[in-house]
Amino acid sequence: MSENLLEIKELKQHFPVAGSKNVVKAVDGVSFTIKKGETFGLVGESGCGKTTTGRSILRLVEPTSGKIVYDGNVLFDSETKKKADMLPYRRKMQIVFQDPYASLDPRMTVGDIIGEAIDIHKLCRDKNERYDRIIELLRRVGLNSEHANRYPHEFSGGQRQRVGIARALAVNPEFIVCDEPVSALDVSIQAQVVNMFEELQKELGLTYLFIAHDLSVVNHISDRIGVMYLGHMVELAESEELIFHPRHPYTKSLISAVPVADPRTARQSKRIILEGDVPSPLNPPTGCAFCTRCPYADELCSKKVPEFEEISEGHFCACHHRDLVEKSNKGNMKLVIT
Amino acid sequence: MEGYLVDIQHEKLSFFTPAGEVKALNDVSIRMKEGEVLGIVGESGSGKSVTAYSLMGLTADNGKILGGEVNFNGHRMDLMTEKEIRRIRGKEISIIFQDPMTSLNPVYTIGNQIEEAVMVHGDKTRAQAKERAKELLTLVGINEPDKRLRQYPHELSGGMRQRVMIAIALACEPKLLIADEPTTALDVTIQAQILELMNDLKNKLKMGIILITHDLGVVASMCDNIAVMYAGEIVEYGTTDDIFYNPQHEYTKGLLKSIPKFQEKEYSKLVPIEGQPVDLLNPPGGCPFAPRCDSCMKICLERKPGSTEFETVAQDSQNRFINGKHYSRCWLQEKKKFELNEGKEVVR
Repeated sequence: MSENLLEIKELKQHFPVAGSKNVVKAVDGVSFTIKKGETFGLVGESGCGKTTTGRSILRLVEPTSGKIVYDGNVLFDSETKKKADMLPYRRKMQIVFQDPYASLDPRMTVGDIIGEAIDIHKLCRDKNERYDRIIELLRRVGLNSEHANRYPHEFSGGQRQRVGIARALAVNPEFIVCDEPVSALDVSIQAQVVNMFEELQKELGLTYLFIAHDLSVVNHISDRIGVMYLGHMVELAESEELIFHPRHPYTKSLISAVPVADPRTARQSKRIILEGDVPSPLNPPTGCAFCTRCPYADELCSKKVPEFEEISEGHFCACHHRDLVEKSNKGNMKLVIT
Repeated sequence: MEGYLVDIQHEKLSFFTPAGEVKALNDVSIRMKEGEVLGIVGESGSGKSVTAYSLMGLTADNGKILGGEVNFNGHRMDLMTEKEIRRIRGKEISIIFQDPMTSLNPVYTIGNQIEEAVMVHGDKTRAQAKERAKELLTLVGINEPDKRLRQYPHELSGGMRQRVMIAIALACEPKLLIADEPTTALDVTIQAQILELMNDLKNKLKMGIILITHDLGVVASMCDNIAVMYAGEIVEYGTTDDIFYNPQHEYTKGLLKSIPKFQEKEYSKLVPIEGQPVDLLNPPGGCPFAPRCDSCMKICLERKPGSTEFETVAQDSQNRFINGKHYSRCWLQEKKKFELNEGKEVVR
């Protein structure tokens, strides 16, 4: 097993609600590790805390409590009250944002957007070196040198996302949080960007935390996947294991809700339709967070929070009734394979 | 034209912007029978929404239909005045939009907005309209309709609001419902709920649906026929099975290859369509897809291809909407036809 690059322990991120004493528990005790060189996918519905998790790892928002260890160095620990100075780590950990329309400064040229990171970390000695570096980065993401003097509005969505990636790569990072990097793009462009992420990973040995709500994209790119629901991690396993042997009812329904681009399969297979909506994180259900929508829920679920346990090697799941889910998996085996 | 609910023939539509003329639709023809579900797939800017909006007379002020006919249920929609269209819109044809967050009026209650839709086109009293609104909410699967009628849009979740939008659209039992990316703004589990509901309603109410989307997964489960649009043209049209299992146009093939295969054990690399979408301000002279096409020939850049018909591969004989038509516009097929005819020019 390769070593862990990142360890997250009991990460909590609570936001105060204006005008009341309540807090929104956006992330409520999430633990996982990311190995060197792997792509860790994080899926879940909007409001489940996946983006907040990504941001608190980089301490773009200060976590409420928990522990973040990067490459053996503690970045944040609420118990020892340790808070590392992030500047040196910003060179190693970067982020690509979701919306390529909103995350680039419209008044800066693309060259300056990419160069800003180089300036902050003083990575280039003179102007010429800086210029060469910017051109190199543009080429690397499939743009060319003439693009350096243009402004973001002159680019299409796919090209802007490439600029966002070049900006993240400018400091030669080891780890990149990709926060829904392809959600705002058209399908044909999505594939271009996904392939680019894969190529860059191979060339530069990058480690990704890939956040998305589209399970088929996450499954395609990730080695391991974590599923989040209402601030909790409910299941975590290697991609193939998770897709073919889900043990949490939420994962199972999430998988079955993905529209399959194959009409014959789509006509035959029966979807598991979840009733209702995600409860408000302001007022989450007691016990298991998923119990209000879960087809297996009983009294135990509404009373006791299920433990996030390792059920087979590398497969974690937080559900009281995971054996029932396993049984129904077997019954539906035919369906899953088609 | 008799017998068709929707019959668009050779429609050309342009928007006149400060930057110049944007040719949004270029010779678009669509026919639909009553009760049929047609999917229109394409990237942003391919003209899928513009086609559907022009059917409702909802083209923006700077847009003009420059040629062709737009027939709906016996009306020439392109020739009607706004006043005449208003009598049809909402009654015979209605629409649900992509974003349920912004398409409801925030200062009126849900009940108010549904009742309005009911009363505009009928002679119902307020009390009758209220009854009907309750019926509609139950129909779209909203519990406690009495309570919901008094609530405002901000009190409902995204999925609920989209259900309300559907209820408003169904108020007068339209013959055609246009669903413009109805689930794009929703989460997958909610998307599954809404698609299930639309499938249900389609069978119950026997209305036609035009489903506009960029998600091939969404059309696969619902549609009878699919039109694939690119740069204001329908590049391929066929039954759902034709499009998925026997795609003929290079763009359709590219689209199918560029989506990640879910639930497949072997990892296969995605095959993207290289290049950028067409700039409709100055579209290429020949086939619009030619600059991004791997099998581009010289003629593709110069002249527009005609359409070629294929045999349908659809096996489902139960489905009365499979009209067996499958055609695409591509020079490769023209070339094949030419070769089959032993070099004689094909007379169209």
